Amino acid sequence: MATDETRGQIRDQAHRAIEAIFRIERARLIAALARMTRDVDRAEELAQEALLIALTEWPKSGVPDRPGAWLTAAAKRRLIDGVRHDAMRSRKQAEIGRELDEEQDMRVEAAEAAFDDPLGDELLGLIFAACHPVISPEARAALTLRLVGGLTVEEIARAFLSNEATIAARITRAKKAIAKAGAQFEVPRGAELAARLGSVLEVVYLIFNEGYAATAGPSLVRPPLCAEAQRLARILAGLMPEQPEVLGLLALVEIQASRLTARAGPDGGFVPLTEQNRARWDQLLIRRGLNALNRAEALGGAGGPYALQAALAACHARARTAEATDWRRIAALYDRLGQVMPSPVVELNRAVAHSMAFGPEAGLRLVDEIADGAMLRNYAPLPAARGDFLLRAGRRDEARTAFEAAAALTGNERERDFLLERAAACSE
Amino acid sequence: MRVMVFVKATEDSEKGLPPTEDMTEMFEAMGKFNEELVNAGVMVDGDGLKPSSAGKRIAFDGPNRAVIDGPFAETRELVAGYWIWEVKDMDEAVAWAKRCPNPMPGPSELEIRPFYEMEDFGDALTPELAEREQQLRDRLSGQ
Repeated sequence: MATDETRGQIRDQAHRAIEAIFRIERARLIAALARMTRDVDRAEELAQEALLIALTEWPKSGVPDRPGAWLTAAAKRRLIDGVRHDAMRSRKQAEIGRELDEEQDMRVEAAEAAFDDPLGDELLGLIFAACHPVISPEARAALTLRLVGGLTVEEIARAFLSNEATIAARITRAKKAIAKAGAQFEVPRGAELAARLGSVLEVVYLIFNEGYAATAGPSLVRPPLCAEAQRLARILAGLMPEQPEVLGLLALVEIQASRLTARAGPDGGFVPLTEQNRARWDQLLIRRGLNALNRAEALGGAGGPYALQAALAACHARARTAEATDWRRIAALYDRLGQVMPSPVVELNRAVAHSMAFGPEAGLRLVDEIADGAMLRNYAPLPAARGDFLLRAGRRDEARTAFEAAAALTGNERERDFLLERAAACSE
Repeated sequence: MRVMVFVKATEDSEKGLPPTEDMTEMFEAMGKFNEELVNAGVMVDGDGLKPSSAGKRIAFDGPNRAVIDGPFAETRELVAGYWIWEVKDMDEAVAWAKRCPNPMPGPSELEIRPFYEMEDFGDALTPELAEREQQLRDRLSGQ
């Protein structure tokens, strides 16, 4: 019947609206509940129960003014009931029960006060717990996407091209590990904050990179993962506006994300930075990235590894054409990055930057220094870069040998064809 | 997805800034809401516009261009301010918009409009057009 159908549609609409509100509140709700129960699993369950109560109550009563406080109060009541009805199996539970009994008459106003968390301290506490260094970066990423991003296990599995069982097991293990480590769901202070912050930023950048430079699978980029990482970086920058490396990371992901649509060609293939259609770069994100970088630098954070990488990304973002790129500045930034974040890959990029700024001979000198080390012995980009420098220096025979060596090392067929073409071109 | 949220003008907003006292109160409420948007990673941009009495319109008719000075009559169709938000879907945008404090003293309206994405244009955006758009953007940003 038509009226039933209409009623059904109205109900669906109401449910979708409530679920949207719940999605906004979920992370903070779980954060508040985790702090109370010290148990992420229980916190998640209670949050879900609060949603079910809201789905029954709100269509009748209307959405409350402070939906977050309402949901927290509902979840707390559920927690109290649950503890009370439980056979008092352990003293610990009995204690919690007593404590909660005292709170039993707490009104919504009181819950509001508890929920009124203007500094976002509880949410930050949850993020720090989910990114606890006792668990692996991959597990941290899955747990953060689940608890803070609100992604389902299925969505996370799809994003990481894994299966649900694997991701579910990874999340369960991670939860157990942070419980065992005695995570307090508080924001660490002082020296501990500095130490723990690194493991949070690492997770956000890992999620971003998994979307930006998909390590596996048919598509080159997975924008939803980038969007999740951007949102996390924005949340962190909103909650910790005085931390220069947080702003550095925000700047880095905003500027890199500005190139997402330009990065894949019409055939889905990778388009290198210098050949991208710069009209497709997202100017709003570039502006936000440059702002965040300015703030990081104003706070004295210009030398942090994320701020330096953001400054490098900013050099490209500011260049109107590939030819207008300030390679001298990029070379100088790589010199500094090589000192704060030493790695053979940074050194290789540094060599490329020097070759662009000061000529192929400068690049060759640096690349030959790295080539002596064992780390990159089988790393195809090294001989590929060397071939490029040699060719530009007019040493065609040596260039051909270098390109052939690179082609023999790469596992990617498209890249191999490309390198063999370059080798053949040296003989022309 | 990226959306623009328009704050529609009212007779009040068309009169210019409200008395200092009311304005302080409104700024406070709006500031709190904006902070919430920022802390949720939703707000990426936003600003307010002067009344249409400070504006001009350019009317096109074939080769003709006529300049019309503000104020403009159809108050409810005017824009007094905007945000740019990044949200997962329209449901989320609506949920956020509903918790915005009323931006005006009287009845008022917000309007949410999703941006076109590059993909929406498909092949219509040729490299030549894209190049020209880039030149325009460059001039806009004064580079």
